[in-house]
Amino acid sequence: MMTLAPDSDSNSASGNLLHNLLLFGRLLRGLGVDVNPGQMIDLVQALGYVQIGHKVDVYHTMRSLLIHRREDIPLFDEAFEMFWRRPRAEGTAIDFRAPAERRPKRPLVTTPPLREPAASKPGGQRDSSSSGEPPIVEATLTYSAREVLRHKDFAELTGEELGAIKRLMAALVWQLGERRTRRQQIGTGQLLDLRRTIRRSLRYGGEVLTWAQREPKVKPRPLVIVADISGSMERYVRLLVHFIYSLAVGLEQPVESFVFSTHLTRITRQLRGRDVDRALREVAFAVSDWSGGTRIGEALKTFNFDWGRRVLGHGAVVLLISDGWDRGDVDLLRVEMARLQRSCYRLIWLNPLLGSPLYEPLTRGIQAALPYIDDFLPVHNLASLEDLARRLSELDQRPLLRRQQVKLNYARSSS
Amino acid sequence: MAIDSIDELQTALREKLYIADRGLATSIYLALKLGRPLFLEGEAGVGKTEVAKVVAQLLDTDLIRLQCYEGLDVNHAVYEWNYTRQMLHIRMLEARSERADETELFGPEFLLPRPLLQAIEDSRAKPPVLLVDEIDRSDEEFEAFLLEVLSDFQITIPEIGTIKAKQPPSVIITSNRTREVHDALKRRCLYYWIDYPTFEKELEIVQAKVPQAPLLLARQVTGFVQELRRADLYKIPGVAETLDWTAALVALDQQALELSMVEDTLGAILKYQDDVEKVKGENAKAILERVRVMS
Repeated sequence: MMTLAPDSDSNSASGNLLHNLLLFGRLLRGLGVDVNPGQMIDLVQALGYVQIGHKVDVYHTMRSLLIHRREDIPLFDEAFEMFWRRPRAEGTAIDFRAPAERRPKRPLVTTPPLREPAASKPGGQRDSSSSGEPPIVEATLTYSAREVLRHKDFAELTGEELGAIKRLMAALVWQLGERRTRRQQIGTGQLLDLRRTIRRSLRYGGEVLTWAQREPKVKPRPLVIVADISGSMERYVRLLVHFIYSLAVGLEQPVESFVFSTHLTRITRQLRGRDVDRALREVAFAVSDWSGGTRIGEALKTFNFDWGRRVLGHGAVVLLISDGWDRGDVDLLRVEMARLQRSCYRLIWLNPLLGSPLYEPLTRGIQAALPYIDDFLPVHNLASLEDLARRLSELDQRPLLRRQQVKLNYARSSS
Repeated sequence: MAIDSIDELQTALREKLYIADRGLATSIYLALKLGRPLFLEGEAGVGKTEVAKVVAQLLDTDLIRLQCYEGLDVNHAVYEWNYTRQMLHIRMLEARSERADETELFGPEFLLPRPLLQAIEDSRAKPPVLLVDEIDRSDEEFEAFLLEVLSDFQITIPEIGTIKAKQPPSVIITSNRTREVHDALKRRCLYYWIDYPTFEKELEIVQAKVPQAPLLLARQVTGFVQELRRADLYKIPGVAETLDWTAALVALDQQALELSMVEDTLGAILKYQDDVEKVKGENAKAILERVRVMS
């Protein structure tokens, strides 16, 4: 007998049905699908319109009311199959741990979260990761100490400097250029506001004395970050993920973040939380290929095909963070870089190796990509991040001279 | 017409030449019965907009369409004042040496209803079907506004008052997913993801929509497009492209797919030059051979 099938005693059957539906809702919530009680009430109403013994109809009724994202459909399918299959002999005791347990357990941390060394949590439980380190004294860095720190390569930081850098990083103010939207607002632009003009004219017996005006509304540009977390980037990865987090929470506009080594993972949702440690743990959990090989071309292709159209609208700025050590197909990289540049407002490549005076972008990957990069900048110490922040805020003041500008930037940053 | 079961609806849709999956039919049926908006998502060209047109035909009522774009505002979505008439009216009063009265000038006779207001006004006999097309093209401001309208089907015009729908319209919202639409809006709706059709279903659609196509051609075209969807393309052809291509080949008097003709008409299904280059030549030949074996 099926769980949702009606009983001979209709009264107890509908009672059972409601009970089962509520359990099903809980099962879905357990799987991470956002279901609220209001939806369950709607569902009961909706099920009145379909034949409850007809599995397919019940399935689609429940799906159309409870699921609002395509990504959640497979989860729903699994839950539904299991739910429908259960015999009702055992009443309603449904073991909804089963699918949940198939997902890996939460604290599966390959990259341990970067903890603020003790200072934030006086006394009490300390993590093993930070117990060995002495608490660092806050805000007592002298000017010169800070200067040294600002220019120290991220890869060479000691544990306590790391904490200091993270605090300084959190203090950076991020601002991204603005774009004109096609929405209008009252202002002093060249567009006429006839409604206000007429209304105003009524005061003077219908004589138009002044024109009311409107102007386009401006909004900050969306930012998209695509970061390389492959083996060669290992020394920088922790701080870079931290950096991405500080951008994601620091900017008022939506920030879309992706990381890749052998394949691309979207980490936008994971970085949304208020708590940085928790967010970083979520990222560590979501990404399965930390420190793997690098296939930039492949990753960009996935990005262009699956995400480009969804996140690159409205004059987005793209930050691509990678050292350019590519083991993939160079021709593919060239094609995908070109496509990426065409679909965004500005393509900025941040390279930690660019901080070294000896570095020259000679790897095949970088050579292939260079012609399509609007700005080629270092990202190896705090000073370089400050420089980046300045450039991003000035984004709209510089004319866009694609391609020609690359050489210039390269010359400037390597000097 | 009254529709009292999912089967009935599916048959009725078929008669109007729309081939719907059981799931889609269920969602449409429930949207109509529960009076909830239906939110349709899917790639371009899978027949989202068509649903609204067919439902309007089935219910024998008007279709009011609101095409979304960035910056869509109240003046274009809800109502606008007829400024020319207002000015003329002022001048006429002036000629009679009267003064224009504000409440008169901003009264119903100077109001131009735009799609959302049209859909709510009660002047019509039957509630219409309101199609909010490509909501993902609009911006957050409009989404918030739409949410407000959809929650109680009423619109407030400061100068006139609140207009409430006596019979709420059937609302269909479509999205191509170029942007994530806010959850609050989706929550008010029934959600259905329209996938690319299977071979059998697509063949059925082709035969229904382009009945003059020879069966062999229809089978081969469908097979070819189905193969292309598995290929590594930037923009995968939708059902709309399959229909365009079939119609084009029928217009060229084709009885079956020929390689040279395929290459000449690829532009009907592939909309990026990269994709055309990729498919042309060897690939097209290989796909064509597979398709010929199948049909």
